[in-house]
Amino acid sequence: MLEIKNLKVKRDGKEILKGVNLLINRGEVHALMGPNGSGKSTLAASLMGHPDIKVDDVSKILIDGVNINEMSPDQRAKAGLFLAFQYPIEIPGVPFLEFLRISYNSIMKDRIGEAFRPLSPYKFKQMAQEKMKLLKMDESFLYRNLNEGFSGGEKKKAEILQMSILEPKYAILDETDSGLDVTALKIVAIGAKKLSEEFNIGILVITHYKRILEYLEPSHVHLLNDGIIQKSGGYELACDLDKKGYEDV
Amino acid sequence: MSKNLNDQERQLKNSKTEYKEGFHMPDSSTNKFKMGLNEEVVRNISKLKNEPKWMLDFRLKSYGIFMDMKMPDWGADLSGIDFDKIHYYVKPSDKQEVSWNDVPDDVKTTFDRLGVPQAEREFLSGVKAQYDSEVVYGSLIKEMSDKGVIFLGTDEALKKYPQYFEEYFGKIITSADNKFAALNSAVWSGGSFIYIPKGVSITKPLQAYFRINAANMGQFERTLIIADEGSYGHYVEGCSAPVYTSNSLHSAVVEIAVKKGARFRYTTIQNWYSNVYNLVTKRAYAYKDATMEWIDGNIGSKVTMKYPSVYLMEEGARGEVLSLAFAGEGQHQDTGAKMVHLAPNTSSNIISKSISKKSGRATYRGLVKVVKKATNVKSSVVCDALLLDPESRTDTYPFMKIDNKNVKIGHEASVSRVGVEQLFYLMSRGLSEDSAAALIVNGFIEPIIKELPMEYALELNRLIELEMEGSVG
Repeated sequence: MLEIKNLKVKRDGKEILKGVNLLINRGEVHALMGPNGSGKSTLAASLMGHPDIKVDDVSKILIDGVNINEMSPDQRAKAGLFLAFQYPIEIPGVPFLEFLRISYNSIMKDRIGEAFRPLSPYKFKQMAQEKMKLLKMDESFLYRNLNEGFSGGEKKKAEILQMSILEPKYAILDETDSGLDVTALKIVAIGAKKLSEEFNIGILVITHYKRILEYLEPSHVHLLNDGIIQKSGGYELACDLDKKGYEDV
Repeated sequence: MSKNLNDQERQLKNSKTEYKEGFHMPDSSTNKFKMGLNEEVVRNISKLKNEPKWMLDFRLKSYGIFMDMKMPDWGADLSGIDFDKIHYYVKPSDKQEVSWNDVPDDVKTTFDRLGVPQAEREFLSGVKAQYDSEVVYGSLIKEMSDKGVIFLGTDEALKKYPQYFEEYFGKIITSADNKFAALNSAVWSGGSFIYIPKGVSITKPLQAYFRINAANMGQFERTLIIADEGSYGHYVEGCSAPVYTSNSLHSAVVEIAVKKGARFRYTTIQNWYSNVYNLVTKRAYAYKDATMEWIDGNIGSKVTMKYPSVYLMEEGARGEVLSLAFAGEGQHQDTGAKMVHLAPNTSSNIISKSISKKSGRATYRGLVKVVKKATNVKSSVVCDALLLDPESRTDTYPFMKIDNKNVKIGHEASVSRVGVEQLFYLMSRGLSEDSAAALIVNGFIEPIIKELPMEYALELNRLIELEMEGSVG
């Protein structure tokens, strides 16, 4: 279980989250909605351990009972957390395939321990190609530099591909639907749903729109407003928010 | 393994005995190896090598020029050089003075982590003066000699092929070019001579042999390369493993003539120990339709000043410099390139990448010159600097002297920092902070790395990772 208990955070001295509580079980899909500036992306970044975000001492973030508050982002990734970035970062000169392999080896070595044997570059590439089919990505991606010159939609697909390779326990999808056209959105959302089912991944999807939720079928929907969870409910809450807007729910 | 080590120790002991015998010379000859420079030292070097009179005259004239010239004050701080505390000639056998115990621990650690073979470690640290490269690389040497390629130490080549020396030696880089070229001209020793005959292509880069060739790693080595018409060759010097030396001044001169339609590439990867002033003059003349490429990677040293240049002598000549500098703590890498367009329809391309960390300073200093008669010239200069922390420093001095209006000159410069968001992104994928930073740096220098022979590229990547440990702040 991913437990977020009384999460209070500051960024640049400003209080952004004022006591957020969330429980996400593996295999569950939760949606987090809320107006701009409500703290959604800060929540995502603070869970992953962004260095500029100051988490209050009273707050707890637990992965399967282990407090990850003091962990660096790479330790959190190894503990089973994944963040699909709203704006994936470009790293010039680093081929996507090479990055994937370094990332995969680093995480699997930690997860599996002594018994871990890295895949040969060839085997790894085969594995990556297999996973790319789910997202209808062209093989040529693997040889391009990480996110460099990727279109908005390509970046988002590349994020979900990373999720499929790293097989996290819990994944946060930060506005993965933004910048996607209708077709790409469907591919990405259905892909994420399949991964969640296959690997029993608990998902927290941050979005403004109901469309991605039609594919992800969240069992829980939360409304974040002014740094706190104002309302929680089932899928019907998303429909409500979609119809009436954040102010009138 | 331990048996090998014992063998090597025995060899070392044996060679030390020889060295002792060699040491019991009359006083007059031991004087030659005292520190400091004067006319007698210059004469003795020439005498010891049994050189023709013209070379002695050249040395003496150069010595005079060296004494007359002021220290260059336009670049890096050279005030730490004490010319009286330098050995200007060291016999190869005397190089074995260093004991493995004297090699600094940080150098040993880097050897370990790079996986440098023991025999090479001893050579690179100056413990061993010779590495038996003949046995390992004999077939490579045979392939070349079958094609008529001449490939010798410069001292030996001077005796066997004086005709090439009279034509080119000291002509491409004259003694008066700069104070350190004058110094090298006065006291040069060692270095490589290469002649590639007309139309001959050397397919394999000449790196394996030179990586561990004793003569090549002298303090004042002098290299002369002639790529005759329509030929092709690629020479690689140095290595990315650290080179430890108790000598604090390395001042080489490299002269290259690339004749009509020929192409030559000269790759340098050097990682001098942090006490070394590395002040090197490198220049190539590129004749009609010839191409000269310098790939120059500088990692270690205290101060490096090096600006490989190409003089584009005749129509259609092309020059390219890819330069990479890594300035760590207390280091100043003052590097760049010069392109001198002396003929119409010539082109040049400079790409310079520098990385600075922990108060390290990287300077790009470059010159593009186009003379009046050189019309239709194309030149492009790109310099990118990457700073790893707020204490690091970079500066750019791109000089342009263009006397012809019909030219296309491009210049781009960028400075970037390893950003918090980049590190956070990579770390969120399971990379430690150090390996995330190393990946960013390796990506940054990728355009230059991809031009290196495979084993150099791998070793350099690994070395950057080592350099990056604990360096993000």
